[in-house]
Amino acid sequence: MMVLEIQNLSVSLAGTEIVSDINLTVSAGEVLMLLGPNGAGKSTLMKALAGELPYRGRIRLAGRELGGWCPGELARHRAIMPQSVEVNFPLTVEEVVALGRPAATRRCVDSVAETLMEALEIKHLRHRLVPGLSGGEQQRLQLARVLGQIWDTRQDRLLLLDECTSALDPAHQQMVLELVGAMAREHGVAVLAIVHDLNLAAQFADRMVVMKSGRCFHEGGSSEVLTPSLLKAVYGYRARVIQLPEGYPLVIPLASGSAQTAPLNPVCRQAS
Amino acid sequence: MIRDHSGRLPLAPALLLLGALLAVAALASIGSGAYDLALMDILKVVAGREASDPVAAMVVLEVRLPRFLLGFLVGAVLGVSGAILQGLFRNPLADPGLIGVSAGASLAAIAVIVLGGTALGGWVTLAGQWALPLAAFAGGSGTVILAWRIASRAGQTAVATLLLAGIAINAVAGAATGLLTFYASDEELRSLTFWTMGSLGHAAWDDLVLGAPFMILALMAAPWLARPLDAFLLGESVVGHLGYRTATVKKVAILVVGLGVGAAVAVSGLIGFVGLVVPHLVRQLLGASHRVVLPVSALMGGTLLVAADAIARVVVAPAELPIGLMMSLIGGPFFLGLLMRRKVM
Repeated sequence: MMVLEIQNLSVSLAGTEIVSDINLTVSAGEVLMLLGPNGAGKSTLMKALAGELPYRGRIRLAGRELGGWCPGELARHRAIMPQSVEVNFPLTVEEVVALGRPAATRRCVDSVAETLMEALEIKHLRHRLVPGLSGGEQQRLQLARVLGQIWDTRQDRLLLLDECTSALDPAHQQMVLELVGAMAREHGVAVLAIVHDLNLAAQFADRMVVMKSGRCFHEGGSSEVLTPSLLKAVYGYRARVIQLPEGYPLVIPLASGSAQTAPLNPVCRQAS
Repeated sequence: MIRDHSGRLPLAPALLLLGALLAVAALASIGSGAYDLALMDILKVVAGREASDPVAAMVVLEVRLPRFLLGFLVGAVLGVSGAILQGLFRNPLADPGLIGVSAGASLAAIAVIVLGGTALGGWVTLAGQWALPLAAFAGGSGTVILAWRIASRAGQTAVATLLLAGIAINAVAGAATGLLTFYASDEELRSLTFWTMGSLGHAAWDDLVLGAPFMILALMAAPWLARPLDAFLLGESVVGHLGYRTATVKKVAILVVGLGVGAAVAVSGLIGFVGLVVPHLVRQLLGASHRVVLPVSALMGGTLLVAADAIARVVVAPAELPIGLMMSLIGGPFFLGLLMRRKVM
């Protein structure tokens, strides 16, 4: 069942078209990873889906235009984890998680918040002030808040993640994406995630979309998308791709090709 | 001090302590001044009983009580407004003076004082004794609307632009005020100076009737903003993600501040530092959640202003220091101390 349908989506910022004519769908239980070089328009697409930017085209959540949802209801069906959330004020971890769960009252213990803090290994930090946490701890905290927001909703849930693992160590990257994967598989949440680490994307994606210059460049399973020729075309990046027995490809970067083609720096030659 | 895991004071005892401080400040405020009052007389008059001193009832009911109430309301409004703006701008340095409300209100009031005999003579005849407070109120609200218009483009309001607009408005209003000061006569200058330094000295039931409805309205609307303001602390875009109508929240917040501070400046002149220092202190002691910060800032702001007003009447008795001056004298060094201990947030 389609949770998110995007048709002919274009987004312009200050007169420049950043995202052009994107068509995408994400169904319930699916993890779609969005790849592409810096400036490809991934985050802009994400912001349009988050309702932060005006757009042309159609974005439908559970068959209904984004504009047709009332904000409170939409927040229970669509959760967004931005690239970075900076907290300057002395809120505690617990308070930030509770922000995603306005329906839970203050007095009684919110079991969902407890579960999420436990799962993301931030329960021991619950009374700590957010500005004093490490980047990785803050990122896990934001994920807990975001997941809590749509936890109680029965169906048609969309989770938008903009680089949700960028500040995490490898073990926590695995842990977080496994949790997100489980939300999709077991609870039918539709996930659209921007991930820069190609191997993480390969490991956890059901499907991949590669963007370049605001357009959809390629779409498919990770073995179809992550090929040396595509990586060269999109990123200008030389890599070897090995198919792992686990069923997903592994991308190994090669030494930059420019060393062979680019002329030596004349200043260096003089010095030697 | 007893603090919990997050380094905060528990809420209930803190509220109890603040309540007690307010009671003390109230008695000190009603008891102190040019006419000496016995504590028992104050309590009797407030309870509606006959006091031993016949003048006491008059002094308490006609002079001191309205002054106490006005002081408390103004302090509460300034405290809450500071808390709202700091949350809205995600900046602990925001203050009601920042978006130009106070400057606009004071400019209008000074215009009435200086030009009341000439250019604005018609207004003064029309509005009578209400000419100055009404003008100040209009000036304050007008500035907020102006800043809001400048910052609003295509249905969106840029908070950063609002801030910059406020700075520009402050500069222009400051210059215009300076110009008026330049043209003022000696007598006008005297009344004007006292007014820019802030004073509760003229407080009477008239002022209360004029200003209180707006201030009470602002205080009553503020709790509605608590949850969305908490979301604002995570960033403006997150407010929308969490299902709040960001534009509406901003509109209500600005309206509450404009209404409250406009009315406060109209009845008491410029009183600084309450809006800046009080929310800081509350966040330091009790945490940043606005469900705590907003009501406690109101309570603490009111208490602080009432206490400062009582002190202002005692230190140079039988004369009194302007309360705005008093607040800056206490608030400035106190804030610097906080900065030096790097406890500001």
